[in-house]
Amino acid sequence: MIEIKNIEKSFGETKILKGVSTIFEAGKTNLIIGQSGSGKTVLLKSLLGIHTPEVGTISFDGRIYSDLNSDEKRELRTEIGMLFQGSALFDSMTVSENVGFPLKMFTNDNKKKIQERVDFVLERVALVGAHNKLPSEISGGMQKRVAIARAIVNNPKYLFCDEPNSGLDPNTATLIDNLIREITEEYNITTVINTHDMNSVMEIGEKIVFLKNGLKEWEGTKEEIFRTDNEAVVDFVYSSNLFKKVREAYLKE
Amino acid sequence: MLLRYLSQIGKYFLMWKEIFSKQTKWSVMRGLIFKEIDDLIIDSLGIVAFISFFVGGVVSIQTALNLNNPLIPKTLIGYATRESVILEFAPTFISVIMAGKMGSFITSSIGSMRVTEQIDALEVMGVNSLNYLVFPKLIAVLLYPFVIGISMFLGVFGGYIAAVYGGFGASSDFIDGLQINFEPFHVTYAFIKTFIFGILLASIPAFHGYYMKGGALEVGKASTVAFVWTSVLIILVNYILTQLLLT
Repeated sequence: MIEIKNIEKSFGETKILKGVSTIFEAGKTNLIIGQSGSGKTVLLKSLLGIHTPEVGTISFDGRIYSDLNSDEKRELRTEIGMLFQGSALFDSMTVSENVGFPLKMFTNDNKKKIQERVDFVLERVALVGAHNKLPSEISGGMQKRVAIARAIVNNPKYLFCDEPNSGLDPNTATLIDNLIREITEEYNITTVINTHDMNSVMEIGEKIVFLKNGLKEWEGTKEEIFRTDNEAVVDFVYSSNLFKKVREAYLKE
Repeated sequence: MLLRYLSQIGKYFLMWKEIFSKQTKWSVMRGLIFKEIDDLIIDSLGIVAFISFFVGGVVSIQTALNLNNPLIPKTLIGYATRESVILEFAPTFISVIMAGKMGSFITSSIGSMRVTEQIDALEVMGVNSLNYLVFPKLIAVLLYPFVIGISMFLGVFGGYIAAVYGGFGASSDFIDGLQINFEPFHVTYAFIKTFIFGILLASIPAFHGYYMKGGALEVGKASTVAFVWTSVLIILVNYILTQLLLT
């Protein structure tokens, strides 16, 4: 579980996060949504320790990040898996080497054991036969699956995803969404996804946090988002006719 | 403006502290060091050999063409070639050329990793990215004096070939010239410079690549800035070391 208490973050004179508090529970897919510039990415990067909030605390299962020393922070980071928007695979390494990288860095496992684990997670993300290919030789959807495999290879407690569906076709996007949800449930991971893809919200949003102008405007489940009368949420989520109709159908039922 | 420069200098020295903290596992680091030796040292040998051989030849020919006075012995061709190549051409000018070749490779490879979030990925995993990316380069450039040693040899050899086979002097004159007033300390001085230039060649481009912001265009700009600053510092440090060691 990750608990955020009243975090504030500024860049120069501009305050991006203005006191955000929420809880992301383990075994659930937690979504952060909001318009561009609402502070989603800054919130995610603050969770990852890339940005340091000026005010407030972030605690990972009771461990307050700002109270940890640098070694403890690095230790905590080994419990984190991250899926970057552009996959962030290491160009010079093959698919196998990318996935095995965290194991090679942080465990004393021998080559055979690492390879077995790599094979297992690649099979889990339905990516067999691409072991020796370079990231430049596979499609965007496959790169995302490699990135997921790399993120989960050392059994992380926390999984962060930044726009996991950006640049993917609808089929592949749904596949990635379902994969993230299945893995979250299977390994009881605290998953936090930064997205503005409404399909993801409807598919996998077990907890949704809506940010507006650096503040938490609303939070709830995907069922609650259909019934909410919060104007900002309704304007954002139901800006397309398709989702308006989906909502109307849901409410009629 | 001044504050910005001071802040950059401070950041550069803080980078050094970070490079040596939280070391990467030796089994991983060993592979990275060999890869960097291949990329930075072995891959530079071809261009260094080509430039050294021909510039050595040109120095020799130009010296020969300026010897109009019959009282000046032909041995001066070998002497001038040796002094020019060992004291300045091999250590300093090859290093300026390497600031372009090796430096832009370092800046662009690290800068591309920054742009594509690969450095963020390393940090999020708990890897000390500065140690992982820069430390192996610093170890690899410890072999840089070896490159300059080859450059010295080929520069003098190119001078010999040009002088003897170009008809500017006899082989014995050139070899006598190489031996006249030979100061072994000049070679030591050249290698001291080379060692320091090697450290500058790895660390300044790495700094510009690691701390760059923006996209692909900025990677190109960072490479150019890194080349300019590395060259400027090589020339300045060359002047300071010459003052300290030879006067």
